[in-house]
Amino acid sequence: MTRTLNPGRVVAWICLIALMLLTLIPFYWMLRTALSDNTQLAGHPDSLLPVETTLGAFKRVLGLATTEEAMAQGGSGASVNFWLYLRNSLIVSTVITVCQVFFSAMAAYAFARLRWPGRDKVFALFLAALMVPPIFTTLPNFVLIKNLGLLNSFAGIILPSAFMTPFAIFFLRQFFLGISRELEEAAMIDGAGHRRRFFGLIIPMSAAPIATLGVLTYITAWNDYFWPLLVGQQDNVRVLTVALGIFKSQTPQGSPDWAGLMAATLIAALPMILLFLLFAKRITNSIGFSGIK
Amino acid sequence: MTTTTTSAPAATSAPPAPRKRRSYGDLKVAMIFLAPATLGFVMFYIWPTLRGAYLSFTEYSLLSPPQFNGLDNYERMVQDSFFWNALVVTLEYVVINIGLQTILAIGIAMLMYRLTKSITVRAVVLLPYLVANVVVALVWYWMLDFQVGIVNQFLGWIGIDPIAFFGESIWGIPTIAGINVWRHMGYTALLVFAGLQMIPTYVYEAAKVDGAGELRTFWRITLPLLRPVLAMVLVVTMIGSFQIFDTVAVTTQGGPVNSTRVIYYYIYERAFTRFDFGYASAMAMVLFAILAVVALLQMRLLRAKDSDLG
Repeated sequence: MTRTLNPGRVVAWICLIALMLLTLIPFYWMLRTALSDNTQLAGHPDSLLPVETTLGAFKRVLGLATTEEAMAQGGSGASVNFWLYLRNSLIVSTVITVCQVFFSAMAAYAFARLRWPGRDKVFALFLAALMVPPIFTTLPNFVLIKNLGLLNSFAGIILPSAFMTPFAIFFLRQFFLGISRELEEAAMIDGAGHRRRFFGLIIPMSAAPIATLGVLTYITAWNDYFWPLLVGQQDNVRVLTVALGIFKSQTPQGSPDWAGLMAATLIAALPMILLFLLFAKRITNSIGFSGIK
Repeated sequence: MTTTTTSAPAATSAPPAPRKRRSYGDLKVAMIFLAPATLGFVMFYIWPTLRGAYLSFTEYSLLSPPQFNGLDNYERMVQDSFFWNALVVTLEYVVINIGLQTILAIGIAMLMYRLTKSITVRAVVLLPYLVANVVVALVWYWMLDFQVGIVNQFLGWIGIDPIAFFGESIWGIPTIAGINVWRHMGYTALLVFAGLQMIPTYVYEAAKVDGAGELRTFWRITLPLLRPVLAMVLVVTMIGSFQIFDTVAVTTQGGPVNSTRVIYYYIYERAFTRFDFGYASAMAMVLFAILAVVALLQMRLLRAKDSDLG
């Protein structure tokens, strides 16, 4: 092939590979630091491999090391338990995803497959909510959650995202619109009511987009910081992102526990990276379509 | 919309029903299907929007009920030098962030478009976007550390003095903007990439026949035809950019000397460390207005709605 010998293409490939390296190197650096012994880290800042390779940092942040062991490897000695925060993140993200996708699918069904007066106006109103910046609604939402007595509870973290987002409804409605009317009519002749058509026909036929939306919702919920920071400060409901912020702010100024911090960030990032690897094709292909995310 | 096109056979339930009932269509069923979403929508979108607007005209510390105080908050804002500083800092952030990110994203998208359709390349490029802001901020906080960060080590190798990326006022915003460029450039590139694929290949063939070179084709054909997509991408990314919070919150917390106290962070401080909810709501209201104006202006200026593809 003569195309590959073209010098312009070679330069272009070099640029693309450099950009991919720029993307990947910080991930490697996270791993390299997390596997290092924190007391030795400062002495070898430019070592490309882990310094004194050890799993100590992971043990430390997962609360598996004794205080003495943690201190010996440069930990602060403060008790941290990322197992707990991992569990909390799992609970919050799972409940948000299941509820939000299901309720949004129900709403999308009403907007796409049912005929009723004012439908398009109501849909436009739902979409208009995309225009309101989150902080504007966050302040009153905080007041509401506080007045309901739900501060520092899972319900308080989950509720605002559990029912719908305009994006989820918009996304699913697009797919529901594309399902052929004939199929639905065939089901109707068989005597299927709306419930059976929704669960037996529309949902199975949209399994792929629903899965994509589910993964995107899960990642968004997992990575959210602002809302859980406001309503979920206490240990028993603290999610990973909030815990990371606290861990960083508690680290001593003089000798920060970089290895521990990187081990903790890896624990927070890894589930999303794995989820992405599983669904990479689907997520990547959905980006163009769902542009307005 | 597509549902209205089919000619309904006699077997469907709606058409044969009496006239009066038909005008309501599936309203009853629709209400059931919409109930949960509507509950959430009213409770966590509509009601807080109205309440937020009201709170911006009150004095409210969470301890006692809000006291209406007219335009006091807004008058205070005009006098508040921290508020103006926050606006300037945010603007600086948005300009650096969006400028760099858009150029890099177009570059990456062009490279992918011309070189490879590989899903692996696209997935790698997208990877940082899937990791939490907080994680990205902390990884770079470590890599950019003054003493032992790898970036300053690298600068040392090529003979540049270490830079206090988070410790010097002048570096604060560019550093935070750069970190978020790293996180978002791949995602933005994929949006642009999708736009590139919508340009029909015959226009490139025509350009080739006319003897247009690579650069000329890019400036005269690709970029103009990409404009509607770019306009949408710019509106979406810029609105997101104005809402920078996470990175600041876990790294500089507004410092050094207010140089990174962006508007979102200032609102957060006012509301949650000083419990000045009325004033914070008023600032959120102003941010809301700014975002609306920015979106409208961009759509206008970039004529987002019409394509040059005749």
